[in-house]
Amino acid sequence: MEFYINHPVIFLLSGILVAAVLLQSIYFLIKALRRAKALEMDTAKIKKLIISAATFTVAPAIAIVISVMTLSKDLGVALPWMRLSVVGSLSYETIAASNAVSAMGLDFGSATLNASQFVTVVIVMTVSIMVGIWLVPLVAKKMQSGMINMEKRDKKWSEIFTNAMFIGMISAFVGFVFCDVLLLTKGDFTGLIPVCVMAVSMVVMLLSGLLVKVLKWQWISDYALPISLVLGMASAIPITAWLS
Amino acid sequence: MKENKLSYMDSVHRDGRIWSFSIMALMLLYPIALMVLFGAVPDGKGLLMGLIATAPMYWAVAVVETFTFIPMLGAGGSYISFISGNISNLKLPCALSAMEQMGVKANSEEGEVVSTIAIAVSSIVTTVIIILGVILIVPLTPILNAPVLAPAFAQILPALFGGLGVVFISRNVKIAVAPIALMMILFVFVPALDSGMVGIMVPVGVLLTLIEARVMYKKNML
Repeated sequence: MEFYINHPVIFLLSGILVAAVLLQSIYFLIKALRRAKALEMDTAKIKKLIISAATFTVAPAIAIVISVMTLSKDLGVALPWMRLSVVGSLSYETIAASNAVSAMGLDFGSATLNASQFVTVVIVMTVSIMVGIWLVPLVAKKMQSGMINMEKRDKKWSEIFTNAMFIGMISAFVGFVFCDVLLLTKGDFTGLIPVCVMAVSMVVMLLSGLLVKVLKWQWISDYALPISLVLGMASAIPITAWLS
Repeated sequence: MKENKLSYMDSVHRDGRIWSFSIMALMLLYPIALMVLFGAVPDGKGLLMGLIATAPMYWAVAVVETFTFIPMLGAGGSYISFISGNISNLKLPCALSAMEQMGVKANSEEGEVVSTIAIAVSSIVTTVIIILGVILIVPLTPILNAPVLAPAFAQILPALFGGLGVVFISRNVKIAVAPIALMMILFVFVPALDSGMVGIMVPVGVLLTLIEARVMYKKNML
């Protein structure tokens, strides 16, 4: 079979993997919905939760589509489609593919890969990214038992522990937003773009909270995060034009 | 019959293991199928050097991420997220927002169920949108790559964590002040910490915050 990076067979193989990932999510969704029913959780609230989660996902998912487009220039469409649907992210996959291509003495960005080189890139990407998939089944149950035991021993600390983990993650991303502000010392204002975008998103979230409290528009609370995300992203367009 | 004896959580772990190892097998079969179908043999030197340059760093990050994210994602959420990816920039914020919206605690069974539903929905929507993007890649490429939209997609993380930060920081101000100040200082003044390092700094932030919270808790400050 003659190889080219957008060969239908590669689409077929990628499609099988993507279908498996989709089926796994559907399986766990149905399982969790059944459990929610058994626990007599509010069905209307669950429906709102589903709509809210789906709405929130749209913008980041479109960004992933753009990543597929970016990688497709070098790797075809089928491989980036599979890699970014299963575990991967643009930065991880670009680094892995770039390392593999460079190791073969080629330039990532201008190389036309043959079958052997393509398979080499696929193996490097796959082997490098697989640890989480096999490690989670090995440790998840033990870790969760540990969390349950912690809650039994000290409920207050258990709650603080979980909140501290969330705050720790958020703190890293808040810090990252400021990573280029020192460009100001060189007269470059672009480092302020993410700071301003974050500020807009924060203000939108605060206003949403205010509307819920003052006007009792409860529905806003269900969509506050997607709204702050989209308006924050939209604000990046004029802010970037202003500060660049 | 055995299903009835298993608790919900036990069945989640059993099913999660089956799904994880099955998809892992499919992932390993992917390059093997390519090799057989196209009669291709990997470039030995490229493979070895590529793996040496990539795998150790990715494995180390993956191990740390696994131990960091599982307590936050819950069991069902972890089995889905570690396969569908984009955890810290999509699945975890989605789960956090859902638990907040439903008023459930992460450690409760309701929290587990809500987190799983949110992450599964997010994973399904993401996968479907990517499929649509791949099918429509020719007409969509000039639209999504339009220079006017580029700044919006470049600023997803600040837009996401601004809103999410308000919710969680306002409820945990005492815990949040020190790690946020420290992370800001580190990212501003340590040149090596650029946008590519944020994934590595998440476990660092989590660990430091846990230590700080433990000290404050022991001193009855929380």
